[in-house]
Amino acid sequence: MSNAMIRSVRGLVPMMRCHLVCLMMVLGALTVSPSPASAFSDEELRIAADRLAGDGANDKIALINNMAADGDPRVAPILEAMLDGRLFLRKTDQHVVIGEKQGSIWRHIDVVSGDVAGESPASGLEKLRVNNRLRGALRDALGGLNLFSLDIASRRAAVETVMGARDPSMLPLLVRAIERESDETLRNRMELARATMALAAGVNKEERLAAIAALAGETTPQIRAVLSQFIQSADAEKIEPDVIEAAETALASVERRLGLWQTFGDLYRGISLGSVLLLAAVGLAITFGVMGVINMAHGEMVMIGAYTTFVVQQVIQNVFPAGSGWSLAVAVPMAFLVAGLVGIVIERTIIRFLYGRPLETLLATWGLSLVLQQTIRSIFGATNRQVMAPDFMSGAIEMSSGLVLTYNRLWIILFSLIVVAGIAAVLRYTAFGLQMRAVTQNRRMAGSVGIRTGRVDALTFGLGSGIAGIAGVALSQIDNVSPNLGQGYIIDSFMVVVFGGVGNLWGTVLGAFSLGIVNKFLEPVAGAVLAKIFVLIALILFIQKRPKGLFALKGRAVEA
Amino acid sequence: MNKKLQALFGAGALAFSTLAMTPAQAADTIKVGVLHSLSGTMAISETTLKDTVLMLVDDINKKGGLLGKQLEAVVVDPASDWPLFAEKARELLEKEQVAAVFGCWTSVSRKSVLPVFEELNGMLFYPVQYEGEESSRNVFYTGAAPNQQAIPAVDYMMSEDGGGAERIVLLGTDYVYPRTTNKILRSYLNAKGIADADIMENYTPFGHSDWQSIVAEVKTFASTGKKTAVISTINGDANVPFYKELANQGIKAEDIPVVAFSVGEEELAGIDTEPLIGHLAAWNYFQSVESDANSAFIEKWHAFIGNDARVTNDPMEATYIGFTMWAQAVQQAGTTDVDAVRQAMYGQQVPNLTGGVAVMNTNHHLSKPVLIGEVQGDGQFDVVWATDDTVVGDAWSDFIPESAKLTADWTYPWVCGNCENPMY
Amino acid sequence: MTDYRQKYQTTPVIGWLMKDRGGMILLAILGLAIILVPAGNLLVPKDSLFHVPTWALGLLGKYLCYALLALSVDLIWGFCGILSLGHGAFFALGGYAMGMHLMRQIGDRGVYGNPLLPDFMVFLNWSELPWYWYGFDMFPFAIVMAMFVPGLLAFVFGYLTFRSRVTGVYLSIITQAMTYALLLAFFRNDMGFGGNNGLTDFKDLLGFNLQTDGMRSSLFVASALALAVCYIVARGITRSRLGKVLIAIRDAESRVRFTGYRVEHYKLFVFTVSAVMAGIAGALYVPQVGIINPGEFAPAASIEVVIWVAVGGRGTLYGAVLGAFLVNYAKTYFTGVLPELWLFFLGGLFIAVTLLLPKGIIGAVPTFGSPDRQSVFVTWRKRLNDRRSRQGGSA
Repeated sequence: MSNAMIRSVRGLVPMMRCHLVCLMMVLGALTVSPSPASAFSDEELRIAADRLAGDGANDKIALINNMAADGDPRVAPILEAMLDGRLFLRKTDQHVVIGEKQGSIWRHIDVVSGDVAGESPASGLEKLRVNNRLRGALRDALGGLNLFSLDIASRRAAVETVMGARDPSMLPLLVRAIERESDETLRNRMELARATMALAAGVNKEERLAAIAALAGETTPQIRAVLSQFIQSADAEKIEPDVIEAAETALASVERRLGLWQTFGDLYRGISLGSVLLLAAVGLAITFGVMGVINMAHGEMVMIGAYTTFVVQQVIQNVFPAGSGWSLAVAVPMAFLVAGLVGIVIERTIIRFLYGRPLETLLATWGLSLVLQQTIRSIFGATNRQVMAPDFMSGAIEMSSGLVLTYNRLWIILFSLIVVAGIAAVLRYTAFGLQMRAVTQNRRMAGSVGIRTGRVDALTFGLGSGIAGIAGVALSQIDNVSPNLGQGYIIDSFMVVVFGGVGNLWGTVLGAFSLGIVNKFLEPVAGAVLAKIFVLIALILFIQKRPKGLFALKGRAVEA
Repeated sequence: MNKKLQALFGAGALAFSTLAMTPAQAADTIKVGVLHSLSGTMAISETTLKDTVLMLVDDINKKGGLLGKQLEAVVVDPASDWPLFAEKARELLEKEQVAAVFGCWTSVSRKSVLPVFEELNGMLFYPVQYEGEESSRNVFYTGAAPNQQAIPAVDYMMSEDGGGAERIVLLGTDYVYPRTTNKILRSYLNAKGIADADIMENYTPFGHSDWQSIVAEVKTFASTGKKTAVISTINGDANVPFYKELANQGIKAEDIPVVAFSVGEEELAGIDTEPLIGHLAAWNYFQSVESDANSAFIEKWHAFIGNDARVTNDPMEATYIGFTMWAQAVQQAGTTDVDAVRQAMYGQQVPNLTGGVAVMNTNHHLSKPVLIGEVQGDGQFDVVWATDDTVVGDAWSDFIPESAKLTADWTYPWVCGNCENPMY
Repeated sequence: MTDYRQKYQTTPVIGWLMKDRGGMILLAILGLAIILVPAGNLLVPKDSLFHVPTWALGLLGKYLCYALLALSVDLIWGFCGILSLGHGAFFALGGYAMGMHLMRQIGDRGVYGNPLLPDFMVFLNWSELPWYWYGFDMFPFAIVMAMFVPGLLAFVFGYLTFRSRVTGVYLSIITQAMTYALLLAFFRNDMGFGGNNGLTDFKDLLGFNLQTDGMRSSLFVASALALAVCYIVARGITRSRLGKVLIAIRDAESRVRFTGYRVEHYKLFVFTVSAVMAGIAGALYVPQVGIINPGEFAPAASIEVVIWVAVGGRGTLYGAVLGAFLVNYAKTYFTGVLPELWLFFLGGLFIAVTLLLPKGIIGAVPTFGSPDRQSVFVTWRKRLNDRRSRQGGSA
């Protein structure tokens, strides 16, 4: 500890210019053994904060560590602001302040008192630049500081940071924190963090064995790494054989549980990929599966949906900025309407002349897809457009096992299921669904009982296209919003529909999820490229076995 | 009647095609070819470069043209179709008789047009960073070679300021640029004492959009406690989903920094960069660099394109440098004759937009500074490291045994793009 | 029945060719082109009005290869109802076979001067030539492989597929899956085919420099001859008894099967022949364009071929040739003249042709078109009326 201090003092020497005396005072205060609360005088804190705007990463890191070393509660907000890029140098008096944006004006918050101390436009402030190294130092320092935070959530986060950093110099801090901690689960967590450090720094056999026992019950990749590193370095450090053996047993059990999680993770990722495939394909299951139109412009309907999302978001941001969090909710019906209308127009002007000639719809819709792509390119430009993720779709649930369930994918899985349920309900329970099924099964008969088949055709195609549009809203969250968006999904979509069985919605659902899961289980083994090739070959072979897909429509006709 | 019709139809295809393509004559302008895809998968990147050339042509014409003549840009669309690139290159050189061509993005498109340029003695300016291992008499490479981008970036990542990475993940799209670059990097890393066990290499198809497994794998690889960094040579389209997945899985730059060689301002324009702050890119140019030349260039670009939100990027600067050098060389040679201009190109100097001076070397590659920037919340990069001086582009990597022997120098006595000994 | 047999089996080839008016015109044009185009390029002075510039020669040669590819698609689609959306795969395989030969021909003139290994293997540190590259230094072997490999793939794929009675759209989609899988496979650098960059930088063929006008003319002549020969073969097949069965399969597969024909054998035969033709087209294409890369496997490329056939006129063979020329010429022309708008034209063309000219351009020419010689608009209106009446009182 003291060594580090001396180093940091030496590092600070070149920086001392005008505030030399004051700075000496700060450092003096810092090197004296740490005491809780208000270790700094106001003046010292201000000088230290102003120094954060200085040059030299090493000096700054030393300064940050010194500031954080003794748990002054006023330090954490300053470092947090710096980490988030909210710490500024005020140009008028060269003092460091925390900035807070209020419309186009920035409010200045005094680092010492925490009160508002003036305001200015953005040009009056200069942001303190942080790079990765500083950011890491800041976060570690905050981790140490927050161990003593009054807020349990930030204490919890701090423990994880400390555990991740695995810096033995944190050990004394951690020991102090454990003594003070009132929350039992959190204290256990802290003990675990101490165990990871103790394993490396442990003095005797008992301490090591205790640490290993504490670690064996955990299921995280970090613990696995701690144990395997310990075993690797054991020979060099002359560790007793029975300790090594205990560590190996512990490692094996950690690995076994992690392996299970890995399998679960693959399954989840497969379902997630499946839900994306499902969304992309389900519209096609209607236009292609139900109507028999080989709609090569299906991908472009997805693209139109994504661009609608972009436009909706732009409009809401400009007209009603407060509601921008809800823009996706508005975009879903809009995308359905826009893509659906485009679909109806296409059906009325092109497709309806081509019924009964499925292969020719392929050619016309291929031409159409070229035209649509170029139209979008002419309007929006060839470059990507940015669609924001709302807050509820950002971030992830992180499990201690290392499995990460990202919110956007979870929502997409849910969304795909809702969409499918919606379609199933429309087909099953509405008059339009009934008419649609009637027209599909026997057009002439349906016509003769008074169903306006032309109208049903148009609406069915509109429905399929509209759903493709909805898929575009979801895909805008995970993929490029560019004119090529649709091209990336068209082949996969056809594979899914054909695999599931043309004309069967449940086949499409099952097809999408099984293709997704198979792909994700193959990927870690064979790599992404080979996994995809294997899936394609498997699909070709599967079609040999079941020429009409997973769920073939049953009928007596020899030729469908 | 019918017979006539048949004859007309039958002969039509051949006659039409030959007649309609007679060379257009226009001696009062200097023609400049623009060979960038405006449709297909590469349009997303290349359209910007087409606009850049048009802007530069416009600029020169406003200043009175070149050698007293106006410049005329001949734009064609090779549609991201590689054989079509060769066809269009031939059309530009033979039919349109252009003085120089600015174009290509992917290596395969360059490889496709290369024989055409060599046969017809044309001049191509290639503005994109690439894997090196080439020096053609008829191509000037104004983008970065691996030693101007990859090697400095790895050096930085392993330095104290860059986080002192000890484990490296090489992520790339499965094509020649990432493969070659990673080959070079692996042998460089080995030379720096990083064992193969600490290097993970992974390749994905073009346009890969589902990054869940790979990002999870990287996380596991990084959980050993040794500081891990990712070197990404992921190509264009696949980047947006990759970074979205990174952001959502909560991989922070402080933990696992990602440094990319194909991600610039334009690629970031499609992503919310707030969660990506601190990830890095290595280029020879960033829009955020403050210099008079750069602000003038950005202003001109915004005025030309009519949209203040459009960003500038490294290949645009490379296009700018190449174009300006060519114009200077033409001025100096007093002619647009390819051989004369080529001689005038050597040693040609153009101020970089980021400061310093770019020089064209006799191996047809530029000397340029190398910058490393961290992603900021506004989609821009903040330069955290820069070379003190310019770095000479190296056509043949020193880290591939077969290639280390070769020298590219198109002046006497070498006069060769890939020789072990001088020609004369 | 006997009547037909007498008519077609006993008549010599020339006889039935004379009756194929469109084919005769095609062959005549090809014959003329074989003489005039190289002569116009090599003999006529450069400033003459009748000089055929090198780029035009190269373009026409390329179109001829596309035409042959289109012909092969029309043979199976137009006459047997097999819509292959993966024919580009056979074309590309043929191209790769030729490309591998051309790579081996480079010898030690590559940038690294390695006498055995192609450049891309050298810089990826391959130490020896993969086994499947052996033999490609011999021209006859390469030519045989250019036909054998696509033929074999088609045979295996067709054997599995036709035996399981995969038809219609399912067949189209899995042909697409096949070419897509090959696309991904060839992209992989580990495959040893140069990855995304493919094979380039060819120097010479049979000892002649590829970049001389003489060589280009020879390749042009070879392509024209190949097209002519393949046309005659294809026409021969469709005119034969076997061809009649094929057409019957196209129109009513089950009935043919119930009549006792082994449908899958017929299909397999014609599919394999077609793949071999596509392979030949690819082999001729590669030395003319100077590059073969996995892009040729792209499903979109295969769909385009089908569109050439549809534009020209399906089921006529010469229509496919015409379509390939027209669409590709349009592409060449518009990408140069209207680089920003050409996709509107091309896309619009496809839509217009399918809507207005269901039998393609050939179908719109009265002599070649429907027997009742109706104009296209009459047929169109008739179809509309048909549809209205089918829909009962709806419209």
